[in-house]
Amino acid sequence: MEKVSPEKIEFLKAKAKKIRKDVVEILSQTSGGHFGGALSAADLLSALYFEILRIDPQNPCWPDRDRFILSKGHVSVAKCAALAEAGFFPYEELLTQYNKLGSPYGMHEDMTKIKGCDMTAGSLGHGLSAGVGMALAGKHDRKDYRVFVMIGDADLQEGSTWEAIMAAAHFKLDNLICIVDRNQIGVDGFTEELMPLEPLVPKFRDFRWEVKEIDGHNMEEIVLTLKSLPLAPEKPSAVIAHTIKGKGVSFMENNHHWHFGVATKEQAEAALAELERSN
Amino acid sequence: MEKMANPVQAYAQALLEVGGEDERIFCLTADLMHPFMIEEFSLKFPDRFFNVGVAEQNLLGIAAGLATCGKIPFVHTYTPFMTMRSCEQLRTDICYPCLNVKMAGMCSGINMGVGGATHHSVEDIAILRAIPNMTLLSPADAVEMKEAVRAAARHVGPTFIRFGRYPAPLVYEEGKAPSLEIGKAVCLREGSHISLLATGLMVHRALAAADLLASEGVSARVINFHTIKPLDRETIVKAARETGGIVTAEEHNILAGFGAAVAEVVTEECPVPLRRVGIPDTFCGLGPTEEMYRKWGLTAEKIAEAARQVLDFRARSSRS
Repeated sequence: MEKVSPEKIEFLKAKAKKIRKDVVEILSQTSGGHFGGALSAADLLSALYFEILRIDPQNPCWPDRDRFILSKGHVSVAKCAALAEAGFFPYEELLTQYNKLGSPYGMHEDMTKIKGCDMTAGSLGHGLSAGVGMALAGKHDRKDYRVFVMIGDADLQEGSTWEAIMAAAHFKLDNLICIVDRNQIGVDGFTEELMPLEPLVPKFRDFRWEVKEIDGHNMEEIVLTLKSLPLAPEKPSAVIAHTIKGKGVSFMENNHHWHFGVATKEQAEAALAELERSN
Repeated sequence: MEKMANPVQAYAQALLEVGGEDERIFCLTADLMHPFMIEEFSLKFPDRFFNVGVAEQNLLGIAAGLATCGKIPFVHTYTPFMTMRSCEQLRTDICYPCLNVKMAGMCSGINMGVGGATHHSVEDIAILRAIPNMTLLSPADAVEMKEAVRAAARHVGPTFIRFGRYPAPLVYEEGKAPSLEIGKAVCLREGSHISLLATGLMVHRALAAADLLASEGVSARVINFHTIKPLDRETIVKAARETGGIVTAEEHNILAGFGAAVAEVVTEECPVPLRRVGIPDTFCGLGPTEEMYRKWGLTAEKIAEAARQVLDFRARSSRS
């Protein structure tokens, strides 16, 4: 297996830290936002945007680019922070325009407005089907791009996601990767209390996917896994990343009240200070 | 004896032709390859054909994904499933980003009579016309269907083609339908006393109604609205202004359907008496198709009767 240098890991951790701080900065100056899921996805997004995805900020519509769909579109703020950091648009634009009237940037995402956004998202359970379509197009055109779809727990409660899971295996889409940001918490509490998803690994396996569970906050494990794709030939890959909702801000961690929350000035300052101190 | 033809067969033939001319055209279905007669497409272009099983939400989501990669997917399922089961995919994944997906909706209206309300669609026009970026085509017969498929393939953006399942009387002679210009209604018969505005298979019935009215000395204009959205406002206003009365005819709930759309334009631009022929606000039960059409008043006689009501209303209004 390919090694990842310690310098690279530090670099990606720093990018994740930047994404988290940007999320807190952007959301705390508006009428609130999806802190919890944005923070849980930050390490995964860092690995994707700064190491894994074949993309070109100067050419966002490059036909041979890897695609990335954020099916849990309510954390678009974290993805936009990554896109800005990667150079698709200035961070200042994102910070000042977020949620403003007529802005490209807001709670959910519009592919026609945001440079580097491959699919409109906001309603759960949609992203994986679109990913299947993109992966089919890639196979048809004999292109080697890959399609990454990040879904949240709640996407897996939507029946349509399982339609897409069935189809991806049937069409042998080994160019399709589903990353599950498994932070275990939805709007109303823990998924396993609300409507359990477990046992998730056998579910994916029974649907004929290759599955790997990882610690979604261990950068080395994330990168090594995403560099060893597909997990099996002729099969779609599911990477179940165990994460912590609100990761990095102690008073937000594992607290469903921060799925969508409004941060006071003091809370925002405390959150930013804690993130600054973190590794 | 009037000539009949199957709109589905015409659809499949046209799709095969445009599919042969443009490699970007893909064909997807949710386990309805045989009813749509698209097996030949699947054999001729197997790498551009996907059957996703009975999963309409996935069908439209996959189509959206393909369209982002420059493909032109034609998706196939029954209209009630396409517009209601996967309504959100249709709206959010396809129309919101204005992706170039073509939706072929069979079993529109109550055409699949014995299917009952699960397989009827008396709501789709209402749903589809309220979704921005949508283009909604409703060809009059099998001949015009071919032009509708070509127009859909030419047009860039979400396009829905609404049609029935069974052979229906021809309005046009084979090969004689004019090239379909989206958003431009076609006047099939000039008339000066009243205008009959019809869509889909009600166009043929409107022509028959015009014959009935002619025998009573009434000169009825008949206009084919092959496009329901965008609606040809200019032709509606012209008809209202020149004939002073309008009857609409559609195989759909009269609430929020084609007639309601026409009424909006008439009310805003040139108020004249208007009657809507269509399905009253009800589920229709089941039965053989033609018997269903008679039961629910989707007939030439009913259109003619509505025209007489408009003429009476106008006469009474002018006296008072």
